[in-house]
Amino acid sequence: MSAQISFRNLTLGYERHPAIHHLSGEVETGALLAVCGPNGAGKSTLLKGICGALRPLGGSIDLNGIAPRDIAYLPQGAELDRSFPIHVFDLVAMGLWRKAGLFGGIGRRDRDRIEEAIATVGLQGFEDRPIGTLSGGQMQRTLFARLLLQDARLILLDEPFTALDAATTADLLDLVRRWHGEERTVLAVLHDFDMVREAFPQTLLLARRAIAWGPTCDALAPERLLEARRMGEAWREDAPSCEAAA
Amino acid sequence: MSPYELIVAPFTEFEFMRRAVVGVFALALGAGPLGTFLMLRRMSLTGDAMAHAILPGAAIGFLLAGLNLYAMSIGGLAAGLLVAVGAGVVARATELKEDASLAAFYLISLALGVLIVSLRGSNVDLLHVLFGTVLGIDDPTLLLISGITTVTLITLAVIWRPLVMDCVDPTFLASVSRSGGISHIAFLALVVLNLVGGFHALGTLLAVGLMMLPAATSRFFVRDLSALVGLSTLVAFLSGVVGLLVSYHLGTPSGPSIILVAGIAYGFAVIFGPAGGVLSRLAPGRHLEA
Repeated sequence: MSAQISFRNLTLGYERHPAIHHLSGEVETGALLAVCGPNGAGKSTLLKGICGALRPLGGSIDLNGIAPRDIAYLPQGAELDRSFPIHVFDLVAMGLWRKAGLFGGIGRRDRDRIEEAIATVGLQGFEDRPIGTLSGGQMQRTLFARLLLQDARLILLDEPFTALDAATTADLLDLVRRWHGEERTVLAVLHDFDMVREAFPQTLLLARRAIAWGPTCDALAPERLLEARRMGEAWREDAPSCEAAA
Repeated sequence: MSPYELIVAPFTEFEFMRRAVVGVFALALGAGPLGTFLMLRRMSLTGDAMAHAILPGAAIGFLLAGLNLYAMSIGGLAAGLLVAVGAGVVARATELKEDASLAAFYLISLALGVLIVSLRGSNVDLLHVLFGTVLGIDDPTLLLISGITTVTLITLAVIWRPLVMDCVDPTFLASVSRSGGISHIAFLALVVLNLVGGFHALGTLLAVGLMMLPAATSRFFVRDLSALVGLSTLVAFLSGVVGLLVSYHLGTPSGPSIILVAGIAYGFAVIFGPAGGVLSRLAPGRHLEA
């Protein structure tokens, strides 16, 4: 198996304060990796770093041939303007950006693909609904339909199932499994350890550094979780420069 | 007075009225979509800030070359673009939010303009810049306004997709494309361009009115983006025509008359608008089955 993402001594953070400190390792192509850890462990920061929204403070991320544009990234509690007068169909159609771009037409086949994606997430009949009228679960289904159309080799999901009911979670988790079956690389930030143990073969347990990284049953062992919980949320204004950075 | 004398005769009899109605039509074509997007992006007051920002540029043009169409337009355009681009760049490159950086830039621009005018010690009649003369539109002005409208509609067609995406889901657009920032700055440039076109007819401060009032009016009637743009344009144009007639018959200044007609349409919409107006909220009717 080749590596899809390689972290080399990676430090990511904000205003020189590291949120992820000296992380090294590789995510294999086609991996289904859960990213776990306490709040403030750097999970979202890691995804932002991978998709290029955040520049590393040190070290590097090698995507091994994938451009940042070819990554499908679903941020945590996506910052959508839900009052904007646009319909479900148009929001999902944005997933075709890589193909259609600025001017490319949306043809008959594309419309079929959009409708198919909407049907796959169980939203048939919602095509012409304004996005402002959707419930939380319906909104998340819409965003997953857009992810489907993006047809990306690398998919980053930041807490995709937070605040969703069991039925919606199960439906969307099926999609994640399907992506895994298609040998796409999927990274998902999750807090539900039962779900991780059931559905995710690999886990990265983060607490600003990698506490454990490997098969889920090992990574989420009780002593590992205890170690992760001991992480201090250490943001000190007077923190000295990191010697290892040199 | 017959309806013909009331509505048609002023336009058939007087060339300046015909020019004015064409100018107002061109302005409405640009103001409709721009006002709609300003409103949807919660930038309604940005237009107002921009109008203040172009004022000193136009005044400097006036000082240097007198009541010269091109000098004033270029001055206003330069000042407005400087403020728009500067504020946009600061907002995107630093942690300062767009509203704060825009306020900083336009206030500096305004103060600078007033300072330059007072240093020259000339007693400038800025009434033209402030309130415009829609009834005094000549051929070059009409060409300028139409040209600006043409550029506006073509540019909007080009940036429409990223502009909408940048409104709805800027994080997503940023993850697939870099066009969000470009379309945003192009949009601000169009706003400035249209304010410059508008100030010859309506004056800097009232030109914003033709963008914002019709857009806010339309929001009370339709919820779809394309319908909003279409209805805003129509309301802007009708406000222009009715405002011109009011100005003609009552002898009131044309710019304020046009904007006040748009204001009356807005007041009507606030009360009677079916999409969230006062009455529709007070008496929403019986709830539905599903």
